[in-house]
Amino acid sequence: MVDVYLNGKFVGDVENKDSFVNEIRNSRRKGKVSSTLSVSYDEVNNCIYVESDRGRLMRPLLVVKGGSVLIKEEHIKKIQSGEMVWEDLINSGLIEYLDASEEENALIAFYPEEITAQHTHLELAPFSMFGLCGTFVPYMNHSPGARMSVGAKNLKQGVGIYALNFPIRFDMDVHILHYPQKPIVETATTGLSDFNTHPVGQNIIIAVASHSGYNMEDAIVINRGSVDRGFGRSSYYRIDIAEEIKYPGGLHDRITIPEKEVFGYRSEHDYRFLEEDGIIGPEISVSDGDVLIGRVSPPRFLSSTEEYELLSEGERESSVYLKHGEMGVVDCVIVTESLEGNRMIEIKIRDQKIPEIGDKFISRHGQKGVIGMVVDPEDIPFSESGLVPDIIFSHNSIPSRMTMSHMIEMIGGKVGSLNGRFIDGTTFDSEKEEDLRKELHSLGFREDGTEIMYNPVTGEKYKARIFIGSMYYLRLKHLVSNKLQSRARGPVQILTRQPTEGRSREGGLRLGEMEKDVFVAHGVAMLLKERFSSDKTVIPLCESCGMVAVYDVVKDKGYCPVCGDKASVSFVETGYAFKLFVDELKSIMILPRLKVGKRV
Amino acid sequence: MASDVYSEYETRLPGLLLQRVKEEVPEKTGVRKIRAILDAVCEEYELCKSESGEAVGLIAAQSISEPGTQMTLNTKHFSGVEEMNVTMGLPRIIELVDARKKIKTPSMTIYLASPYNKGKREEVRLLAQMIKETTVEEISEQINVNLADQIVEIILDKERIKDLRLKPASIAKEVKRQISEKNVVSDGSKVIIKVENSSSKSKEVSPIFKLKENLKELVVAGIKGINQVLPIVENGEFVIKTAGSNLKKVLALEFVDKTTTITNDIFEIYAVLGIEAARYSLFEEIFSVIEQQGLNVNPRHLLLVADVMTSYGIIRGITRYGIIKEKSSVLSRASFETPIAHFTKAALAGELDSLSSITENVIVSQVIPIGTGLVDLYMNHKNKKVKDK
Repeated sequence: MVDVYLNGKFVGDVENKDSFVNEIRNSRRKGKVSSTLSVSYDEVNNCIYVESDRGRLMRPLLVVKGGSVLIKEEHIKKIQSGEMVWEDLINSGLIEYLDASEEENALIAFYPEEITAQHTHLELAPFSMFGLCGTFVPYMNHSPGARMSVGAKNLKQGVGIYALNFPIRFDMDVHILHYPQKPIVETATTGLSDFNTHPVGQNIIIAVASHSGYNMEDAIVINRGSVDRGFGRSSYYRIDIAEEIKYPGGLHDRITIPEKEVFGYRSEHDYRFLEEDGIIGPEISVSDGDVLIGRVSPPRFLSSTEEYELLSEGERESSVYLKHGEMGVVDCVIVTESLEGNRMIEIKIRDQKIPEIGDKFISRHGQKGVIGMVVDPEDIPFSESGLVPDIIFSHNSIPSRMTMSHMIEMIGGKVGSLNGRFIDGTTFDSEKEEDLRKELHSLGFREDGTEIMYNPVTGEKYKARIFIGSMYYLRLKHLVSNKLQSRARGPVQILTRQPTEGRSREGGLRLGEMEKDVFVAHGVAMLLKERFSSDKTVIPLCESCGMVAVYDVVKDKGYCPVCGDKASVSFVETGYAFKLFVDELKSIMILPRLKVGKRV
Repeated sequence: MASDVYSEYETRLPGLLLQRVKEEVPEKTGVRKIRAILDAVCEEYELCKSESGEAVGLIAAQSISEPGTQMTLNTKHFSGVEEMNVTMGLPRIIELVDARKKIKTPSMTIYLASPYNKGKREEVRLLAQMIKETTVEEISEQINVNLADQIVEIILDKERIKDLRLKPASIAKEVKRQISEKNVVSDGSKVIIKVENSSSKSKEVSPIFKLKENLKELVVAGIKGINQVLPIVENGEFVIKTAGSNLKKVLALEFVDKTTTITNDIFEIYAVLGIEAARYSLFEEIFSVIEQQGLNVNPRHLLLVADVMTSYGIIRGITRYGIIKEKSSVLSRASFETPIAHFTKAALAGELDSLSSITENVIVSQVIPIGTGLVDLYMNHKNKKVKDK
C-alpha cells in the first residue's frame, strides 16, 4: 500500500505503485493527460506525489526505453521537412517534461553512447542544464561557476539591437549599438535563438598586457582608432511626453508657445526651438533647459504647492523641458491621443554615445571593466604584422578569477578570424582547445597565442611576448555620461530647505548619520557644524513663552504674537529642519518651549 | 633607598605598571637610573592616555562595528574534533551587547580540582555523567503501570545506576521528594509508587498515566539545566564542557575547581559572583568572539563597552530598555528608537532637555561639545585695565 498525494493533499492508496506510476506516465506520453502533469515515487516516505500545480520548473528530455532513444532518424527527417513540430514530439511521447521531483525517479544519460538498459531519459543536449543566457557563454565548462553567472547576467545589459523596428517604437531609456556583429566564437544557441540576428557586441582584437597601468583594478585601455572607427558606438533614446489634460469645468491644458504674461514664463531663449504649434521639430540639437513642448495650464487645478498664495487668475506655464544634464537631438515627434482621449505629444530624443573614460565593457566571461584610458592609435603596441589591439586587458584579472574560457575564446577568435570561419564554443560540446592551437600553429602563429610586440614610443621590442587574440566584447548600458553628477550650489526642497536629492534634480550628496559619526570621532566640531549648515536659518524666539516669534521688518525687531510687545525676542541660529521639527511636534499636541541661554 | 624612588611615582603611574617596572628593573640599579626609567615610563604612559574631548565611546563603537561587517556566519569546523554547538559570531555579539537574559546556547567550562583533572578518561566521564541532569526515563528499563492495584513500577537500569553512583533507595527518596505521593519505596532494582486514591472513587485512568508521563521527565540526579556533557582534554588536563548552565550548583561540587570554572551566561555570573565578575566575563566573551573570527580590535574598546553596560551595578544592554533609557536628553533617546513614545512621555512629564550632549546639538545645528567644540573662550571686557585707559 502506497499513499498517493495530489498536489500535496492525500487522495488515497494504491496496491501496486509501479503500475500506477507507469500508467500515468504512459497516458501522459500518449497525450491523454497534460504534459505538465508529473508523477513521482518517493522511496524515503513510500508515497506517490502527483503534481499539477503551477510554479514547478520543468525541462524537456528525450524518452529512452529499453536502452534506446525513442526518437529515430525518421522523426528527425520529418522535423527537417517540417512535417513534425515540437508539440508533435511531446504528444507522441518522444520528448517529455520532467519537474524536479520526477527527475529523482529518472536516470538521465548525457550522451547517446552511454545509454544502458537502466536509463530512462537522454538530455537534449548537455548544456540544457543552463538558462538561455548561460548557453551564450562559450567554453563555459572551463571556468568557475560564479564568474560564469556574472558573465551570463551581464549579457542582458549589453547594448545591441533589441528590436529591429526600433526607429518607429517609443521605448523609454534604450540603447542601440551602431555596428553590431555576431560572435566569431559562437555557441549552439547563438544560432538557434535570435542572438545572431540581434547581437549585443563586436569582435575585437584584445591584448593581455599592463600598458602604462591605466588598466589596473579592472579597467581597460582602449584604442582611440577603434573608437573613431565606431567600436562600441551607440545611440541612447529617451521619450518625453506631454498631454493636454482636461479638468472638470471645461478647462484644459493648451499645447502652444506660452505668452509672456503666463505665470512662470521661462525665457524667450528657452522657447526658441518651438514651432507654431508649440512643439519642437525633428533633428534639432537640444540641451538641458530647452523646452520641447510648450504648454500652459489653467491655474487652479495644479497640484504643485509652490505658489499657494500667489494664485493668479491667468494661466500657468507647464512646458516639458530637458532636465538637468540631459542633451541630444530630437529624433522623432508624434502627435497622438492618450488612453483618456486627450491630445498627447511624444518626443523621442536621440543622443550618440561615443565610448569614453568610465564606460563599462565586458567579455562574455564575467570579465567586466571600465575604460581607464583612451590611447591614440600610434601609441598602441603593435605586432610584427602590424596588428594593434582594440583593447588592452590587464593580466591581473585572470589568476584570481580563473576564467580560462576567456583565454580559450581569444585563441578561438584568432583562429576563426584568420581562417574565415566560425568557431563552435558550445559548453561541453565545443571544438577542442588542442585542435584550435594546432590550427593556429598551422597558420604560422605560435600555438600559445602570444606574439612579439613592439613599444610604440621607442620602437623597441618588448622583452615578453604578449598574448593577443580576438574575442567578442560587449558595451554595457551603464554609461558615465548618464551618471556623472556634481553640485556646489543648487536647488533646495521647499519643506526642509535642505538640498534636493538625485541626479535629475541636481541634488546634493547626503552626508549621512555614519558619516556624521566620523566627524564626531575626529572631534572636528566646527567642520561638522559647517557641513550641516545647508539649511541654516535665524529664527526669532520669544524669551518668555519659548515659541517662535515674528520678525517685524518695518520696525526691524522681533515681537511675540502670544506675549505682545513687552516680551523680548532674541534671534537664534539653527537649522530650518529643526524649526520644522518643532512645528511638527506642535501638530501632535506637544509644545516644545525653547529656552534661550544667557548671552555670552 | 630604591623603594623611596618608586613611592615618589605612585601618584603619576598606576600601581600595576609601577609594580611591573619594579620587577623588570635589576635590583642593583642606581637611583638615578631608576628615575630615568620611570620618567620615560611616565612619558609613554601620558602619551597612551586619551585626550580630553576625545569621543572614546563613538570610536569604540566604530572600532567594533567596522570589523563586525566582515564577520562571517560560517565558522570553521574540524571533522573528528569534539565540539559543542555554541553560538558564535555576530549573533553572539548581539546577544551579549543586548544583554539578553536568556541566551541561545548557555554553556559551561568546568575545570576539575587536582586529583581529578589528571585522572583517567573513564573516571572523568563518570564525573561528567554525575553533573548531567538525569531523568527517570534515562535510568529506567521500563515503567509499568498496574491499574488494578494503582501502582507505578519503575524498573531501573542497573548498569546505568551503577555508572551514575546512584542507589535505588536514593532514587526513591528523590522521586518521593518531587512528587506528592507518600508511598514510594525501593525494592531491589525497582521503585514502586503506590498511588493513594484519596478523592476520586471511580477508578480514573488518566491521573495514573499522567503520573507516569511526569515521572519520565523527573530529574533524579545531576544538576538541573545541564543537558549535555563533553569531557575533553585541554592543555593536558581534563575539562568538562557542557550545554546548559548552572554555575551555582556546579561550584558547590567538591571535584570542581572553583577558581577557574566558568559559564558563558553573564547573568548567572552576575547572580553568583557579582557585577565585577560579570563585567570582566562580558569583556572576555565579546573578545573571544572577535578573536575567533580572526579580527583585530583593541581590547580597550571592548572594556569600555563592558564598563558602560555594568556601571549601574546591574547589567544593562545597549538597547532602548537598557542604557539608552538612562540618557537624560529627550532628543537623544528619541533619535535612537521609538521617537513618538519618547516625545509623548517627555511631554507628559514636562521634561527639560539641556542640550548637553552630541546628538541633541547635531539636531539643533549647534556646535557639538566634543573635540574642538568642547572648549569655549570667554573674555571679560569690563577688565580694569581697559577701564583705566
